[in-house]
Amino acid sequence: MSSLYDEVAPAPAEGVPTRRITVTVNGEPRTIDVEPRLLLAHMLRQGLKLTGTHSGCDTSNCGACTILFEGRPIKSCTMLAVQADGHSIETVEGLATSSELHPIQEGFKQEHGLQCGFCTPGMMMASKALLEKNPNPTEDEVRWALSGNLCRCTGYQNIVKSVLWAAEKMRAESN
Amino acid sequence: MYPSRFGYESPKTVEEAIAILDASGGEAKILAGGQSLVPMLKLRFAAPEMLVDINNIDGLRYINVEADGTVRIGALTRHEDLEYSDVLPTASPVLAAAAHLVADPIVRTRGTFVGSVCHADPQGDWAAAMTALGGHIVAQGPNGKRTIEVKDFVVGPFQNALAYNEIAIEAVIPAPKGKSTGSYLKLERRVGDFATASVAVSLDMVGDVVARAGSALAGVGGRTIDATDAVASLVGQKLTEENIKTAAEAVAAAAEPRSDHRGTSDYKRQIVKTFVIRILTGLAESSQKAA
Repeated sequence: MSSLYDEVAPAPAEGVPTRRITVTVNGEPRTIDVEPRLLLAHMLRQGLKLTGTHSGCDTSNCGACTILFEGRPIKSCTMLAVQADGHSIETVEGLATSSELHPIQEGFKQEHGLQCGFCTPGMMMASKALLEKNPNPTEDEVRWALSGNLCRCTGYQNIVKSVLWAAEKMRAESN
Repeated sequence: MYPSRFGYESPKTVEEAIAILDASGGEAKILAGGQSLVPMLKLRFAAPEMLVDINNIDGLRYINVEADGTVRIGALTRHEDLEYSDVLPTASPVLAAAAHLVADPIVRTRGTFVGSVCHADPQGDWAAAMTALGGHIVAQGPNGKRTIEVKDFVVGPFQNALAYNEIAIEAVIPAPKGKSTGSYLKLERRVGDFATASVAVSLDMVGDVVARAGSALAGVGGRTIDATDAVASLVGQKLTEENIKTAAEAVAAAAEPRSDHRGTSDYKRQIVKTFVIRILTGLAESSQKAA
């Protein structure tokens, strides 16, 4: 139990109730005991060691911790882990297969959509949600969809290009 | 950051949730979308003993438009449900205009309309839109339901009129007198920032005559500002350049802006006036086209 709470919160004291929850993470059911106050982002990072989901601002502003909850993007630092019980979530670790990058990841590579890479997992998950809803977005629609995700180095230009690149590739693949 | 410890319950029915609230004697807080509450828990501005998560209650996520035009919005309806709604642009153009301006797109997938009104943030878009629309909140407690007008529901900054054992289960926008028109404009430095100024104007039109007028402001005072009296002079009138200007000046006078890093109070008042003129001029043009 202690490893789950390292760096996040003190481990529950004797007698503090935990809940056993089962969450489908990237298609795989995971069962874990959590204290109600544990944030979903912390459960992913410390509990399940899925450190691809980044914790940026801790104040629900930056979107680095964006994951898909039942297919829609949410800030995982602004939801309790217990609330994910019985639900399905996707993280950046679920994008690539063992042999192939997801077109969104490929787009970020081709168009230099990252410098330090900190915001990238959140950017990619928000992009995935956009492209599922709207496979052929305009540049404006991409900018709008990513307006909840902050990047402090690229100035967004290449991120937008990356998503448009991915959209084109995904449309070509589905034809 | 992490919240202080709390108990957690996730009831399956409204009645069960009310029973938990009632038993808590005022130490419990309702968790809906959590997009304001969870940040407040993390900062420890809020430290309730118990959270009552209502997300597992079925049947609270809906936007219903009744035959007479009354709009009903359930407690778990997310901001994005309003943003992508097919019915709202006609049924309530004010709500449709505000929906894509609330917070940022990722907050909108999770945060709820009713929760935002309950949170009563002076910067909140929905409390202002609902005030302009003359909307009300249906609260359910141990003794049944009661209806509270939003202007009485929002009693101050971050304060609402709910008793500790009541849940706001529905927001209601009354049937328009004629056709519901209006809009919502917001100036923000970047998406997700607090607004420099936000303006809601709601007009019910019979032909090109105003049958009901409402207005409210967010971000230009320590509370949601009801500016409905300021637009009352439009009722019974056709919109003209002169009466639009008079109304806009009256709404701007109702604002209580403070100078800060987002602008001086004069600047913010000017924004309010400009937004009212912009909304009303747009409505005047479209009602002329329709006539």
